[in-house]
Amino acid sequence: MTKMTYREAVRAALRKALRSDPRVFLMGEDVGRYGGAFAVSHGLLAEFGPERIRDTPLSESTFVGAGIGAALGGMRPIVEIMTVNFSFLAMDQILNNAATLRHMSGGQLNVPLVVRMATGGGRQMAAQHSNSLEGWYAHIPGIQVLAPATVADAYGMLLGALREADPVFIFEHATLYPLEGEVDESAEPLEITRAAVRRSGGDVTLIAYGGSLGKALQAAERLAQAGIEAEVLDLRALRPLDIPAIVASVAKTHRAVVVDEAWRTGSLAAEISAQIMEKAFDDLDAPVARVCSAEVPMPYAKHLETAALPKVEEIVRAAQELVPRHG
Amino acid sequence: MSAAPSSDGPTPDREHALFLLREMLRIRRFEEKAAEMYSLQKIHGFLHLYIGEEATGVGAMQAFTPEDAIVATYREHGHAIARGMPATVLMAEMFGKATGCSHGHGGSMHFFDKARRFYGGYAIVGGGLPIAVGLALAEKLQKHSGVTACYFGDGAVAEGEFHEALNLAALWKLPVVFLCENNLYAMGTALARHQAQTDISAKAAPYGLASSAVDGMDVLAVEAAAKQAAAFVRAGNGPYLLELRTYRFRAHSMADPDLYRTKEEIEEWKKRDPLALFDARLRAWGLLEDAERARLEAEVTAEIEEAVRFAEAGPWEPVENLLADVRGPVKS
Repeated sequence: MTKMTYREAVRAALRKALRSDPRVFLMGEDVGRYGGAFAVSHGLLAEFGPERIRDTPLSESTFVGAGIGAALGGMRPIVEIMTVNFSFLAMDQILNNAATLRHMSGGQLNVPLVVRMATGGGRQMAAQHSNSLEGWYAHIPGIQVLAPATVADAYGMLLGALREADPVFIFEHATLYPLEGEVDESAEPLEITRAAVRRSGGDVTLIAYGGSLGKALQAAERLAQAGIEAEVLDLRALRPLDIPAIVASVAKTHRAVVVDEAWRTGSLAAEISAQIMEKAFDDLDAPVARVCSAEVPMPYAKHLETAALPKVEEIVRAAQELVPRHG
Repeated sequence: MSAAPSSDGPTPDREHALFLLREMLRIRRFEEKAAEMYSLQKIHGFLHLYIGEEATGVGAMQAFTPEDAIVATYREHGHAIARGMPATVLMAEMFGKATGCSHGHGGSMHFFDKARRFYGGYAIVGGGLPIAVGLALAEKLQKHSGVTACYFGDGAVAEGEFHEALNLAALWKLPVVFLCENNLYAMGTALARHQAQTDISAKAAPYGLASSAVDGMDVLAVEAAAKQAAAFVRAGNGPYLLELRTYRFRAHSMADPDLYRTKEEIEEWKKRDPLALFDARLRAWGLLEDAERARLEAEVTAEIEEAVRFAEAGPWEPVENLLADVRGPVKS
């Protein structure tokens, strides 16, 4: 086991993939000479050269489309998009081509493409750099959507994604890059579609992913002090959702709070609530609660941004409202 | 812009000339049959016919080998036929049958043939250009010698992806031959009504690409220009933009009442019908006579009739397979 940051874990996975498979290359805005907007790819240009660490023009649609074309042509491209907000410039290529080509070609083609991008708020980046819109991607059949919340997952999920025959989108919450943890670099690539129980408990399930996992764990700690044992389920994969894991936990706790940094309306949290209603209705002792971002473009000022984002105390309060007081 | 090659030069090889005529005739008759099948409600959805543009697809395709990759648009029946895809599986695809080239998942706008490196019909205008850039990047990174031919229309030059793709291909010196089939209309909007600069070949220079334009109604001129462009790209000079100036004789799609252009304009262009022009030229050269022409017609008619029979006879994809081709198994 090696101690490293989330940022270093993504870099270590990139390095391992580049070393072990000559078909793998990285391209995106400022991934080379700059070292990556979040310094994830720092040093890789020097090690692997400009053919495999490719700085692109600010042409999201075309460099994502070129990733799709290169995947069709036998390569294993990893495309970095600087933030989720920029990725919508490439939505045509993602939705109409990457997600669609296998089906539209009658199964002849497949697109083994990995796209990574930063997501989420909390750094005072205001309304055009702070969204958590991975739920939009999770709406699309044909692509897999991952949200590593731990350092080990930042490493293992990227390597796991490279084994897929079809497109995988990885959302790295930007506040997680300095997070420290342990990685086993000799381990086999992780199973990437199963949710993980990060804390066990019997009173309420806190369902979270990515940047919200830490908040859910903090909330569980506070709830424990108040005598409520919360189970924390880290979704890990947002598409496909690990519905059996969600249902199993709800069957045990009979209550659920979904934490999702996206806006509430039409969110992944809404989808999870609906799935619980459909598949675990009889297990529920209370309505499913949701803690999401306020329905406003993300403000810049710290106090306003904090007010807009899900907070630990909101999760605690939501859980307390579901659990009977005598508990 | 270099001078367009002329077909008024030396007499071409008879066998090759007749092959070109046959390829154009196959497309013309296929499209006429497709229109008929649409009116009989055998074909549904959108149907964009290539009639009038046969010389661009057939002429340009002669520049490419089986190792090269082809990217086309939603008006791609002609490209698919010229690439060697059988009329049978194309007609079956439009009928929506499991025996279609895309198992009935794609229809008229989405023909694919991986074995022939025909990477498909793209129905978002301009959407195929980045794919072509990526295919060419893969060739370059793997040190393969193939080039990528990317067909698109004049409407695509208004899309950001056209400009991004030309820039990136030129920046990275990728082996792409960009083939703009300029039929003068982006659906119903005339080129001069959506472009300030209507000389499409002139749009290449600002991005550092070589380019030229050619009479797209002259199959020999198109072939010569495309071979010149492909040779330039194969020599490692980076991408090339070739503008093929053509015209579609039919409406944009079967749903189009064609209200945006005059009958006179269409009739004027029909005087330059690429099939009729080439037929007349071959006769003038003494390479074609009535008996040969009739034999060709009969063979092509039989081929297209067989395609309809094949399409009719094919089974439907079982509904149980509905979700089968969304994602595939993990690689070992």
